[in-house]
Amino acid sequence: MPELRFQNLTLGYERHPAVHHLDGAVESGALLAVVGPNGAGKSTLFKGIVGALKPLAGAIERGRREARDIAYLPQLPEIDRSFPISLYDMVAMGLWRAKGVFGGIGAKDRQAIEAAIAAVGLTGFEERTIGTLSGGQMQRMLFARLLVQDARVIVLDEPFTAIDAKTSADLLALVRRWHGEKRTVLAALHDIDLVKANFPETLLLAREPVAWGGTPDVLTAENLNKARRMCEAFDDGAETCAVAAE
Amino acid sequence: MKLLYDTLIAPFADFEFMRRALVGTFALAFGAPPIGVFLMLRRMSLIGDAMAHAILPGAAVGFLIAGLSLFAMAGGGLIAGFLIAIGAGLIARATPLREDAALAAFFLISLALGVTIVSIKGNNVDLMHFLFGSVLAVDDPTLVLILGITSVSLVVLAVIWRPLVLECVDPGFLRSVSRAGGPAHIAFLALVVLNLVGGFQALGTLLAVGIMMLPAVISRFWARDITGMIAVAVAAAAISGYVGLLVSYHADLPSGPAIILVAGALYALSLAAGPFGGLIWLALPQRHLEA
Repeated sequence: MPELRFQNLTLGYERHPAVHHLDGAVESGALLAVVGPNGAGKSTLFKGIVGALKPLAGAIERGRREARDIAYLPQLPEIDRSFPISLYDMVAMGLWRAKGVFGGIGAKDRQAIEAAIAAVGLTGFEERTIGTLSGGQMQRMLFARLLVQDARVIVLDEPFTAIDAKTSADLLALVRRWHGEKRTVLAALHDIDLVKANFPETLLLAREPVAWGGTPDVLTAENLNKARRMCEAFDDGAETCAVAAE
Repeated sequence: MKLLYDTLIAPFADFEFMRRALVGTFALAFGAPPIGVFLMLRRMSLIGDAMAHAILPGAAVGFLIAGLSLFAMAGGGLIAGFLIAIGAGLIARATPLREDAALAAFFLISLALGVTIVSIKGNNVDLMHFLFGSVLAVDDPTLVLILGITSVSLVVLAVIWRPLVLECVDPGFLRSVSRAGGPAHIAFLALVVLNLVGGFQALGTLLAVGIMMLPAVISRFWARDITGMIAVAVAAAAISGYVGLLVSYHADLPSGPAIILVAGALYALSLAAGPFGGLIWLALPQRHLEA
């Protein structure tokens, strides 16, 4: 059963499309890489999936799930790093869907939080304020929060950008663990070799979907060249799109 | 002993108006500074100022209708403050204007309107009362109003604590898991207005912000986490209230400004010697640690 279904989906800004006429479905338990040049619409697609951006046309079906049940790691989190909050409390916020505004955090939840912090290798950092963390430690912390969120669908926007090899490898191991647990994971990535080695399915996006399917079939030299030729700029004189809305 | 008693306790033991003023400032000290801490952490330190100006026309309309009546002025101030807070909040969410810009537009119009309305009916003495209040003239209904506002704001703050903190530190994440951010934000702005209206009765529109923001700014130098900051801010406000009233009594100074000036002195002390970021620690080179 598909976890997500895109129907003639167009997403964008000020009527200009950033993702144009995307059709297809993400099966439950899929491990999908979304690849494409900068400006290809990867982040835009993810914002649409988590409900942060309304489609200009078409629709995203999420089955029985709400957009808020999807765990989302944005490319540029809006975190105020000067805010006086500990790493432990940040990770604990992953419990929001389960606990809401008033729910108490019990012994079992504390175990889950500690286990998540241990899984990303940050044991001992619990009381550190977030302003004292390095970029890589920050990303590990956000992965710990994703672990605590325990969502069935996880969307990662360039999770390994500006992260060293060791941290990437550790975090990638978590992604594989989620895949093993039959969770659905979508990740926007730029490292083609990493995608080929770890992601069975790939969507190659360049505003228009270029190819979607098994990774070896999608990431051919021909397809990648096609994606690279995409023009990033919005055309202010663009005509209204002729593809009929249904 | 006698001297200490005469200096520190006698003014309150002997005069009822001093006791009332003390209770009023202590009540303000519990309600306003926690709000100030959140304003500071959201980089909205000057919003309190804008809001204080924004409530002026409402209070002035109340004054125009009913004279120096507590409930007309407080009610008018609340209505004006809520309208402007909610209006600015909605404009910030629906248009490219940021909240500070939306508020700036509102409060400037509001201030001009307020001063105009007061001057239609009142005189300069009334205007001074609006701007600087009179904590020594706090009567029973005013005291009840201030205590009520403090109680309400502590309860509401406890209720919206979690979304409020999360909205400060990671608003994107809060939006991705919950709809609570918007209502918590509006409730918080309502608390700002409510506490300013409370402080307005005692300290006037201009100085009410002082008891909210100065203790908050002080707290940043003494605590590392938000709970500690709030405790420090409340203590700083209470000390400022008590010492300020004593100074005003002994030196025959206006009480509102005296309270805020004591808070200002505490701020200077914190700036110099506070353990987290005080300037003295910059001047004293400390050896760094091994790891």
